[in-house]
Amino acid sequence: MTELKLPSIDYAALAPILIMLGAALVGVLVEAFVPRRLRNAVQLGLALLAVAAALVMVILNADDRLITAGQAIAVDGPTLFLQGAILILAAMALLLVGERTVERGGAFVAHAAVTADSADDRRQADGMGGTTEVYPLVTFAIGGMLIFVAANDLLTMFIALEVFSLPLYLLCALARRRRLLSQEAALKYFMLGAYASAFFLFGVALIYGFTSGIPGRGAGVDFATVHAAVSESSSSPVLLFAGMALLAIGLLFKAAAAPFHVWTPDVYQGAPTPVTGFMAACTKVAAFGALLRVFHVAFAGASWDFTPVLGAVAVLTMLVGAVLAVTQTDIKRLLAYSSIANAGYLLVGVLAPSKEGLSGTMFYLVAYGFSVLAAFAVVTLVRDADGEATHLSRWAGLGRRSPFFAAIFTFILLAFAGIPLTSGFTSKFAVFAPALDANQAWLVIAGVLTSMVLAFPYLRVVVMMWLSEPGDATPTVTVPGALTSAALVIGVLATLVLGVAPAPLLDLANGAAEFVR
Amino acid sequence: MEETVEFAQASGLLGSVWLLVAIPLVSAAILLLLGRRADRWGHWLGVAAIGAAFVLGLTYFFQLRGLENKQVEQSLWQFITVGDLKVDFGLLFDPLAAVFVLLITGVGFLIHLYAVEYMAHDEGRRRFFGYFNLFVAAMLLLVLGNNYVMLYFGWEGVGLASYLLISFWYGRPSAATAGKKAFLMNRVGDAGLAIGIFVMFAMLGTTQYDEVFNGVGALSGTTVLVLGLLLLLGATGKSGQFPLQAWLPDAMEGPTPVSALIHAATMVTAGVYLIARSNPIFSANHTLQLVVVSVGAITLLMGCLIGAAKDDIKRVLAWSTVSQIGYMFLGVGLGGAAYALAIVHLLAHGFFKANMFLGAGSVMHGMNDQVDIRRFGNLSKYMKVTWLTFMMGWLAIVGMFPFSGFFSKEPIIVAAFEREGWTAWLFGMAALLGAGLTAFYMTRLFVLTFHGPKRWTEDIEHPHESPKLMTIPLILLAIGSVGAGFLLATSVPDWLEATAGLGGQEEGHEAVLAHWLITTLSLLVTVLGAGLAWFLFRNGTATEPQPAGVLVTAARRNLYTDAVNEAVFEKPGIFLTRALVFLDNRGVDGLVNGLAAAVGGGSGRLRRLQTGFVRSYATSILTGALLVVAAFLAVQAGWLA
Repeated sequence: MTELKLPSIDYAALAPILIMLGAALVGVLVEAFVPRRLRNAVQLGLALLAVAAALVMVILNADDRLITAGQAIAVDGPTLFLQGAILILAAMALLLVGERTVERGGAFVAHAAVTADSADDRRQADGMGGTTEVYPLVTFAIGGMLIFVAANDLLTMFIALEVFSLPLYLLCALARRRRLLSQEAALKYFMLGAYASAFFLFGVALIYGFTSGIPGRGAGVDFATVHAAVSESSSSPVLLFAGMALLAIGLLFKAAAAPFHVWTPDVYQGAPTPVTGFMAACTKVAAFGALLRVFHVAFAGASWDFTPVLGAVAVLTMLVGAVLAVTQTDIKRLLAYSSIANAGYLLVGVLAPSKEGLSGTMFYLVAYGFSVLAAFAVVTLVRDADGEATHLSRWAGLGRRSPFFAAIFTFILLAFAGIPLTSGFTSKFAVFAPALDANQAWLVIAGVLTSMVLAFPYLRVVVMMWLSEPGDATPTVTVPGALTSAALVIGVLATLVLGVAPAPLLDLANGAAEFVR
Repeated sequence: MEETVEFAQASGLLGSVWLLVAIPLVSAAILLLLGRRADRWGHWLGVAAIGAAFVLGLTYFFQLRGLENKQVEQSLWQFITVGDLKVDFGLLFDPLAAVFVLLITGVGFLIHLYAVEYMAHDEGRRRFFGYFNLFVAAMLLLVLGNNYVMLYFGWEGVGLASYLLISFWYGRPSAATAGKKAFLMNRVGDAGLAIGIFVMFAMLGTTQYDEVFNGVGALSGTTVLVLGLLLLLGATGKSGQFPLQAWLPDAMEGPTPVSALIHAATMVTAGVYLIARSNPIFSANHTLQLVVVSVGAITLLMGCLIGAAKDDIKRVLAWSTVSQIGYMFLGVGLGGAAYALAIVHLLAHGFFKANMFLGAGSVMHGMNDQVDIRRFGNLSKYMKVTWLTFMMGWLAIVGMFPFSGFFSKEPIIVAAFEREGWTAWLFGMAALLGAGLTAFYMTRLFVLTFHGPKRWTEDIEHPHESPKLMTIPLILLAIGSVGAGFLLATSVPDWLEATAGLGGQEEGHEAVLAHWLITTLSLLVTVLGAGLAWFLFRNGTATEPQPAGVLVTAARRNLYTDAVNEAVFEKPGIFLTRALVFLDNRGVDGLVNGLAAAVGGGSGRLRRLQTGFVRSYATSILTGALLVVAAFLAVQAGWLA
């Protein structure tokens, strides 16, 4: 009998993950033991505190470059940078989740189990305090994302995927208003998510089979083994390529890349807006963090082979996002397609096999996260008696009614369109420049052309807001509470600062842009 | 030629020369930014700013007189630094700049004072003074800069102010058009100047006056010629010289003080300043000098001919300005000692032309803004001060002894006769003929306006003399018209000796005619021209246009120069614009709109794939997955092969 050998675990390096998961568990207990009227404050405080503590640990760990917990977790530059990004963006999202003054009781349903459109439902919609289980759910999701970007083997990555996906499915279903739409979105997301997970898992199995062919080394799904197998394995390369393809599909699904994006518009539209913002910002970071690690660490040896295929996916993604955004009539769906197109731009960065490509992608993720959260924060504010007014026709003339918020939204749209002096410009530059250096001009050309197409729907909203007369249907902008204001200010300032003075963050990303294997 | 130019650093009081530019600029900013709040006192602020600048200018002038090296420069800050390109925001105060400063602020002050009353009934008086101060600031920057970029800065500034002031009454279509015309024609010249500056950068790597002048010797003849022609193009644009003269007469659409200050006394002489300042460049190439002299001679005759056929009092004066600046170009083109003569004529002209413009304004003031000299007559009885002061200006411009024009113009005619060979005859006779013609049309103007029977329109019963605030500047300028010539002619050439390149040049050739003979001849043609005009117009003239011969018709039509401009530039320009618009509408827009329609249509079609059914989503994901796996395997197959 061989002795059971326990892997050594570096608890300090894992602290951010442990803190978030621990806080989520405490959150569940809070639900059970704290009186209802205190719960919201306690839960929000707990979640924010946990995020802050985890962020502190990330900063303290800033110099860690190690692999711990067997081969399961890698704590290196990209991990720490992306964990930091997830935590900061998640804090902003938590502020939106915690907002209780814009809509009485918050954006979430009070009792998720009441039948939609029943009398009970109408009563809860009219101001009963929203359910507070959302906080532990968000906290769990954050914890899962932190693992996802740190996972150093495919199985850990799969577990992390499920850990952050399941709470998101639930969160999607918890909208206070338009509950059928919300529940439908959640169900779609869940079914398609499970479907994509199956692809991912099947891919893991094929890769495992492939690694068994390395002479003198056991099979495994940790990235070091996979990396070795790519160059040394005697197994059929069909296993490798089919496995790589299936893994990519699972990850591209989360990243909302075409043709695996189909869930995105429906889910972004149906989910409660703070959750949409959370998904658009943090899920994006997590999914691309995992993509970067899988393709830069595990499959680096096959980069000549996956680049053309993923490049085609990137171009398709940009095209689908940009072209479909043109005819959208709902602001949340418009932002969903914009997020799809942005996934295409991010893929361009992922495919640039250089340090600059890596750091550019990471910079892009942060910059986009801030802007998109600010955008959804504005969406939560434009509302009438029935909740948010997301149909674009309702935004006509908003510039006359509420010039301040219309100006902010205009600024964010200009950032999305990539106008200089906004982070949209610097971040696009950060991913396109390394792609050009890597002789992938075709990706950059596609990127620039689709950016041009995308400018149209953005500017159409701007034109509607400023150049149309406000009609009777034009809603007013609700004065945001302190929490939304804070999120909005952070998002807009970051968009501006990263556009004017991107150097500090770019330097940070550059310093972090090296994986351990 | 090989002596190097060196400027001293400004110290002491001269370290504050920048105030000359700053004071009018701040005043302009206050007037323009405060808006209506400054309406009540704004004009006095404008006058005070120029007065202060004049006092400062005098102080600096006396300071400079006491200095050994009379060229002091001061670098305020680095204006442009890009790679090798370095431009200082620097000023140069030397004898040439000093006389310009005194002219601009001195005459400028009197005209500002006059304008307080002249514009009293205009709602836009504060705006007017704001622009006026802006002009003075830009003009001072133009003459005070120590490099060509500074000069260009001021050059564009005065261009802007001129544009704003010509179309000051922008409600009138003619004023708006005249402003546009001036702006466009100036752009042609400005482009030349700008390219000239680029050439300096390319060839010499600098635009500082001293470095450029020291470097000119090392350049090839062709380069100097090109550089000089480009600068000349700029000069002709700003100074209304052939072939860019057409805008200046139209610029009279602006208020009369503007015509007096900008389009007679100062801005239009900027071209002369440019050439005088760049004299090391122009002196280095004889072909270049010949071109300048030719431009001067052509323009001076052209101005005389057209001026003789015009009936609008301000336009006659405008054409006489064109013609007199022609004399100045002739002077700076002759080179050597004639540079200083041109500057003397420029200063003298500043006085008597401002005097006559203000006089014309005074006449218009009393005659319900009538400008047609056929509708004046016998005004000497009613507007004594205007009459007498205008007479001083008239005697000065025709070059009658001992008025200032005699001392400033006659030496230029003599200098023209001092050229080599047949060109001495050509340019000398042109200058002489110009003197006779000037005497003719200016006398015509004077007699028709102030003497002979009255031919007023019916609405005027009793023309009144202008108020004190307008007549006092007139009197002061008239004194300048009388006395300035002799004083300037005797002192300025020596004073200018200390300016880079203007001193220490050997005398020109012997004149082809004796000096006394030329003087006698020029006085003779003057008397002849004036006498002829007096004889013809002593009894007034018809108030309606009369049929005329070929030459007069041509002169009335500005010698068909406008027609040429229209045929050569405007028509093809309009055609080109139309063609481009057509191409843009049909070609570019068609392509863009077509693409946009394609995207929109594609979007609409693709949208239908987004059915909302999970089953179709799953199918789409599965299809995508199959494609991706197939693609990977295809790549792998290639890898195997």
